Amino acid sequence: MKNVTFCVIEGKSFAFYGGIIISVFFILLGLFAAYNMEHHGHVITGMNNQVVWGMPHVFAIFLILAASGVLNVASISSVFRKIFYHPLARLSALLAITLLLGGLSVLVLDLGRPDRLVVAMTSYNFKSIFAWNIILYNGFLLVCAVYLWFMMQRSMQRYYPTAGLIAFTWRLILTTGTGSIFGFLVAREAYQTAIMAPLFIALSLSLGLAIFLLVLLIDCWETKCSLGEGILSRPKKLLGILIAGVFYFVLVYHLTHLYFTGRHGIEYFLLAGGGVYTVLFWGGYMFLGTILPLLLLYHERFTRSKSSIATAAMMTLIGGFALLYIIIIGGQAYPLDIFPGKEVISSSFMDNIAVHSYIPTIWEIMLGISGIAIAAFLTVVAVRILPFMPRSLADTDVDDTFKG
Amino acid sequence: MNVSTQNRRDFLKKSAIVTIAPGVLLYSVSQAHHAERPVTSTTRWGMLIDTNKCVDDCTACLNACTEEHGLTEDVPAEVKPVWIRKVTLRDRQTGKESSLPVMCQHCENPPCVDVCPTGASFKRDDGIVLVDRHICIGCRYCMMACPYKARSFVHAVLENQKPHSPRGKGTVESCNFCVYRIDTGTGPACVEACEVEGHQAMIYGDMNDPDSEISKKLKEMSSSVLRPDLKLNQGIRYQGL
Repeated sequence: MKNVTFCVIEGKSFAFYGGIIISVFFILLGLFAAYNMEHHGHVITGMNNQVVWGMPHVFAIFLILAASGVLNVASISSVFRKIFYHPLARLSALLAITLLLGGLSVLVLDLGRPDRLVVAMTSYNFKSIFAWNIILYNGFLLVCAVYLWFMMQRSMQRYYPTAGLIAFTWRLILTTGTGSIFGFLVAREAYQTAIMAPLFIALSLSLGLAIFLLVLLIDCWETKCSLGEGILSRPKKLLGILIAGVFYFVLVYHLTHLYFTGRHGIEYFLLAGGGVYTVLFWGGYMFLGTILPLLLLYHERFTRSKSSIATAAMMTLIGGFALLYIIIIGGQAYPLDIFPGKEVISSSFMDNIAVHSYIPTIWEIMLGISGIAIAAFLTVVAVRILPFMPRSLADTDVDDTFKG
Repeated sequence: MNVSTQNRRDFLKKSAIVTIAPGVLLYSVSQAHHAERPVTSTTRWGMLIDTNKCVDDCTACLNACTEEHGLTEDVPAEVKPVWIRKVTLRDRQTGKESSLPVMCQHCENPPCVDVCPTGASFKRDDGIVLVDRHICIGCRYCMMACPYKARSFVHAVLENQKPHSPRGKGTVESCNFCVYRIDTGTGPACVEACEVEGHQAMIYGDMNDPDSEISKKLKEMSSSVLRPDLKLNQGIRYQGL
C-alpha cells in the first residue's frame, strides 16, 4: 500500500466560492422559514393534525440515513482493511458528521419548541426510542470526530482500527434506532414492523454511498485531482449491490403486508390506489431509484462512464427520497383503523376520510433544503481548512499492485 | 333579667358557632377532593359512555370541551385542536349504527407516554394521561403513536386562554379529563354537559372503587374498548358498541 498524501483544496476557484454562496443562501432561506414557523406556528406549513410529520422529516431522515451510510467507505477501509478505500476514509467520516448536522438541524428547527433543545438533551424518557436516538446521534458525532482525529494524527493511528470498529457498530445501532422510530409504532399499519430497522440500514448504505460518489466526483472535477477507473469501479459495484439490497427489504416488507389480510388496505393504497404515493413508488422509487441506476451501473454500454456513475448516484438519491416520502407521509395519509369492523359514517375529526391530505408548503421545502446546504457548507469549509482530500486518486497512486 | 337572658342566649349561640363551624368546615375540607391531596393509584379515573343514549346530532360534550378549555382559535379545520370528537359508526356486518364521543382514552399503558422523548407525556397515578407543557418540545411523536388520533398540536398563536387550562403554541395537547375539576371534586365538563342535556350517556368515576356508579355499571353490563387487540386497558369504556 502506498503512503497517500492529503491536501486542502485551494479554494480560489469559481466553483468553491459559488458553492459557498449558494449554500449560505439556502441556509439563510431555511433559517427564515424556521423563524416564520416559530413566529406564526406550524399553521403555515402543510402539516396538520392528521399528517403530523411532513417534508422536513423526510429531508431530516434522508440526511441522517445518508450520514450513517456515508461512513461505510471509511468502515470498509478500517474495519474490512480494503486499501483501495483508505484514501477516501477521511472524506467519508467528514461527510458523516456534516450530513448528520444538516439532518439534525432540520429536525430541531421543525420542532414546535426548538428553543427547548436543552430540555431534549437533559430530560430523557429511556423507554422512548426517540430519546435513544438523541443519544445515538450526539454520540455518533463524537465517535466520528474521534475517528477522524485518530485517522489524521499519525501518533494516534494505532487506535484507528478500534475507533473504526466502534464507529461501524455505532452507526448500525443508530440506523436501527432510526428505523425503529417507525417500527415501534403499534397503531399505524404502514409501520409496526421490525423490518423497518434493516430496511433503513440498507437504505442508509445506498444513500450514503451515492452521496459519497457524487461528492468525490464533484470534488475531483473541481480540484482537477486525477481519479482512477479502479477506485471508482469498486464503490460503483457496491452501490449496485446496495440498491438491490434495499429493493430486497422493500419487497419483503410488501410481501409480508400482502400476506396479512388485515393489511391489504394499506398495500392497495401504496401500490395501486394511493395517487401521488403510488406514482412515487413505481415511478420514483422503482423506476428512477432502482431499475435505472442498476442499468447504468451494470449495463456494458454505460458502465465505464463517470457521468453514468454520477447519474446512477443521483437517481439512487431521488429513489431513496421517494421511498422515505412514501413511508413517512404515505404511512400517515392512510387513515388509522380506530374502529375495526365499523364503517365511519360521520366524524367531526376526519375519521371518515379515505386519505388524509398533505401538501408541503414552500416553508417546509426551504427548511429541508437548508439541511442539505448546511451539510454542503460545512463540507466545503472543512476540506478548505483541513487535509481531507487525497492529492491523487489515480489507481497506481492508491495501490501500486493495481493492474487495471 | 330579660337582658341577661338574651345575653346568655347570644353567648350560647356564638359559642356554638365558634365551636361547631370549624369542625363542619374541617369535615367538608377533609371530604372534598383537594388539589393538595396526593394522587395515588388506589384511584383509577374512568368514563363509561353508553352509545345507546348518545344522540346522533347532539354536540353538547364537544361544545362544553371547547368552552371549558378555550379551544376557539380561528384556524383551518385540519389544524384545529380537537380534544373530543363525535363519530357515527355503522357495523359492517349487522348495519347497526352508533354515535359516540371519542377522546383521549387514558390508557393504562399509553403508547404516547412510551414514545415521548422528554417524558412530557405522562400518566398520573390515578390513570389520567397528561402533557407537561413545560417540557414538551413539540416533536409530535406522541401523535404518531396514539392509536386513537386523540392528540392535537397547537399550530397557531393562542389568544384568550383559560387560566385553569393553560395551553401552549408548538406543544401537543389532548383531553386532560378536566383534571383540575376532578381534583376539586367536580367531574369533566363533557359529562356535566351530557347530564344537563338530559342524555346521561356519559358517567365518570373511580373504577377502583367497587361502590362507585361506574364500577357497578361496568360489573352489571358488558362494555368494550376501542382497539382491544392493542391491550392498552383504556380508562374510557363504551357500552352498546
